[in-house]
Amino acid sequence: MDAIGLLRDYDPAALPGAGTGWLDGLRAGGARRFAGLGLPNRRVEEWRYTDLGALSAHPFAAACAGRAGTLPPPCLGGRRAVFVNGRFDAARSELSGPGAGVVALPLTEALARVPQLLEAHLGSIAALGRKHFVALNTAWLTEGFVLWVPDGAALEGGLELLFVGDGGEGRPAWHPRNLVVLGRGAEAAVVERHSGRGAYLANGVTEIALAPAARLAHYKLQDEADAAFHIAATEVRIAADAAYENFSLMAGGAVARNRIAVELAAPGASCRLNGAYLGRGACQLDTDMTIDHAAPDGSSDALYKGVLDGRARGVFQGRIVVRKGARKTQAHQTNRALLLSERAEIDAKPELEIYADDVQCGHGATAGALDEDALFYLRARGLPAAEARGLLIDAFVAEALATVAHDGVRDAFRRFAAGWRQVGAS
Amino acid sequence: MNILSIAGLRAEVEGEAILRGIDLEIATCEIHAVMGPNGSGKSTLAHVLAGREGYRVTGGEVLYKGRDLLAMEAEERAQAGLFLAFQYPVEIPGVATATFLKQAMNAQRQARGEKPLDAFEFKKIMDRRLKELSIGGEMVRRALNAGFSGGEKKRMEMLQMALLEPDLAVLDETDSGLDIDALKLVAGGLDRLRAPTRSMLVITHYQRLLNHIVPDRVHVLAGGRILRSGGRELALELEEKGYADIAAAA
Repeated sequence: MDAIGLLRDYDPAALPGAGTGWLDGLRAGGARRFAGLGLPNRRVEEWRYTDLGALSAHPFAAACAGRAGTLPPPCLGGRRAVFVNGRFDAARSELSGPGAGVVALPLTEALARVPQLLEAHLGSIAALGRKHFVALNTAWLTEGFVLWVPDGAALEGGLELLFVGDGGEGRPAWHPRNLVVLGRGAEAAVVERHSGRGAYLANGVTEIALAPAARLAHYKLQDEADAAFHIAATEVRIAADAAYENFSLMAGGAVARNRIAVELAAPGASCRLNGAYLGRGACQLDTDMTIDHAAPDGSSDALYKGVLDGRARGVFQGRIVVRKGARKTQAHQTNRALLLSERAEIDAKPELEIYADDVQCGHGATAGALDEDALFYLRARGLPAAEARGLLIDAFVAEALATVAHDGVRDAFRRFAAGWRQVGAS
Repeated sequence: MNILSIAGLRAEVEGEAILRGIDLEIATCEIHAVMGPNGSGKSTLAHVLAGREGYRVTGGEVLYKGRDLLAMEAEERAQAGLFLAFQYPVEIPGVATATFLKQAMNAQRQARGEKPLDAFEFKKIMDRRLKELSIGGEMVRRALNAGFSGGEKKRMEMLQMALLEPDLAVLDETDSGLDIDALKLVAGGLDRLRAPTRSMLVITHYQRLLNHIVPDRVHVLAGGRILRSGGRELALELEEKGYADIAAAA
């Protein structure tokens, strides 16, 4: 079932790397699975709160060339890979000097240079399961970015991945696939930014594997065009004593869904998954998080803050699984939404599945309007109402943003959030 | 010239009449105390003067510096030099105190057509005020009132008053919830905030604060009306006899 043309002109034999057995098989599996599953509807539990009506109302075209426009200034060291409508833009990318042994390449190039790395990991972390859009991404698996940092090494200066969308006339769709593999004790910081104009579908999948004691800081700024659809899955496997930090700042798109699935696969693995979602107009911002504690002594923390204005809708589905034997697991998850209008809406669905003893797990969800007492207090000191509201909104989001470990990224995200808020105030 | 003239002020909260006709005039530079038992309408009066939403004024008028105070937004009243020291200052996590203080000062300066303070100018003024009030700089590096003790919150109100330099300060039960030591600190601060050009309306249940800020006039509020007005000695009489006698006599 492909009523909206997401597999139109699908010819795996024409894709880069075709003829490589494992890759052909991976793509074919994805295509079969997507053909079988089709698009999710709201009877599928994970998609119950997500309205894909706007996405499925019109057919999509294959990705065309687009223009990148002005790129944002870097918030890490300046190394970056730029993708326009899913295609790698070498001229605008800067990938020099990643350090000895580090692989930092667009996927098409990595296919030629380090095929065994891709074969070992692609599809092994983001399994197809019943994941409609992961299957679609896998069917098209063509371009994206590959980062591999060997044992004991650190990626100096980090890496930014800029995904720019240019909808043009045709409602194009693209499906970037990224892979990040850190060796034992390796360290890296990666920033993803998504922006664009017009109507398009960006359906990305990022697979991440952390070897023992590796540390990855992974930050995402989703500022897609108002008419765009952003569907993303980040799937992470964390080995013993390795640590994964993710912060997702989401503010764009007509429908945007951010899936984060983390497996704490060995003892002592930890993750911090924090984020903020800022919505106004008629947008829908979803977070779909699964944290799988599969081994003892793991810890996970999640704090999300949402600000929803106009008719914006937010969804936060947070699932924590603590498997048998995952003793001394600590897992905490909180979602707080600030509703600035009566028509804004948040659906929060926390799920705890605990099969182990001696664990500390908790979750909390709140939703509410701005505190009238606080607003009056600020106005009684002479702050105009709009300025007082802005200060309180910034303060609300600040709690989440304060968790960003990287100074430059935290500053950039704070500026972005403050800018988002000021646009609304004007 | 009166800085504040309240005539026949009536107000209700959720349909219940709380203020039932208040008349009160405060001449420029005078200090007035409004005393009364719990539930007499003291805090309602403070909030109506400061422009808190949720109170419905059903009658009367209030002139502040000759302007119709009730027609002004809360922030306009503050910008015009009216300051409410809150009985319960609000905790606002995530708002840095120093940032807020600078923003408040500059909002008021801007409303008066003055140049906003830059970070350096602001720090100079703040440091001076902190020193005058014997407040440690650590307090302004925290989030606004977040996790502050009762005494710290009241001293933060004093600091704000010192920075904003109001013409009329309404102190809403500034002495409530303070132990003797905290009261001394706050009262000492208030003493320093007395200024020849500043009027004050001190709302309190007990007369102990009035040992530190000696009022020119004392008014007894009960049941939403001012039952008696007098000089300083009225506060002492209240301390001795309690509110019941005065309410009964009125």
